[in-house]
Amino acid sequence: MSETMPPLSVTTLKDVRIVEFTNSKILDEANIADIGATLNTLIDERPQPKLLLDFATVEHLSSAALGMLINVNNRVKQKNGQLRLANIGPHILEVFVITKLNKLFRIATTRTEALASYNT
Amino acid sequence: MAGTNHNGKRPNDSGGGKPSLRFTIPSEYAAGRDVQKQILDGVAANGFNDQSTFAIKLALEEALINAIKHGNKLDPKKTVKIAAKVTPKVCEIEIEDQGPGFSRSDVPDPTLEENIEKCSGRGILLIEAYMDKAKWDLGGRRLKMSKKNAPGK
Repeated sequence: MSETMPPLSVTTLKDVRIVEFTNSKILDEANIADIGATLNTLIDERPQPKLLLDFATVEHLSSAALGMLINVNNRVKQKNGQLRLANIGPHILEVFVITKLNKLFRIATTRTEALASYNT
Repeated sequence: MAGTNHNGKRPNDSGGGKPSLRFTIPSEYAAGRDVQKQILDGVAANGFNDQSTFAIKLALEEALINAIKHGNKLDPKKTVKIAAKVTPKVCEIEIEDQGPGFSRSDVPDPTLEENIEKCSGRGILLIEAYMDKAKWDLGGRRLKMSKKNAPGK
């Protein structure tokens, strides 16, 4: 096993893949590439992927991380899947508002709210 | 007003009108992270509040990535020069790369609908949004930015 903790932990509830970030900073270029690759694997494994990204542990992110999330969103949309973001803290939410990405992503306050928002 | 702050003793050089931290680093992310940490240690030591600290951290990350990746294109022969001065009132940072520079007005607005799905262009926007002042000179090779510590905010 690798010594470093994987940047994501993935659980499944019904047909939704719930992804939690295990590192408070989604900043590092290598870290971002890893996260992007893992998310792409999750998108590829189903015909119409349902993905929920839980930001509860995230305290910092960068524009490179936003770029990765936009990529993920595009890939999910290409497969007619659904992406939800949840539990985004006030500092991080402000980053989404400034970049107007709060309009591009479906952002829910809680995980429960996010889970309830999927179309079947 | 200058010099009346009770700085006490700080591990890094303090006071005076000159930047108290200076670095010349290779175009590597790890070197950038080290500089980032040292400047943020100075920010913490000067009692910056959460909001200002978050802003400086984000802007510094974006600015260093811009210089290392977009300016110097990760060229090992090129360096990035950083100068920072932190007092309890304000954090001032200068970052200069050896790249081709850029013109601010040529950078597309990433918040426009036609650009919103593109994966780049947000770093500059975030730097300008989070810092009180952010200005590029030397043809875009040098960024000067500052953030005041606003207590209670």
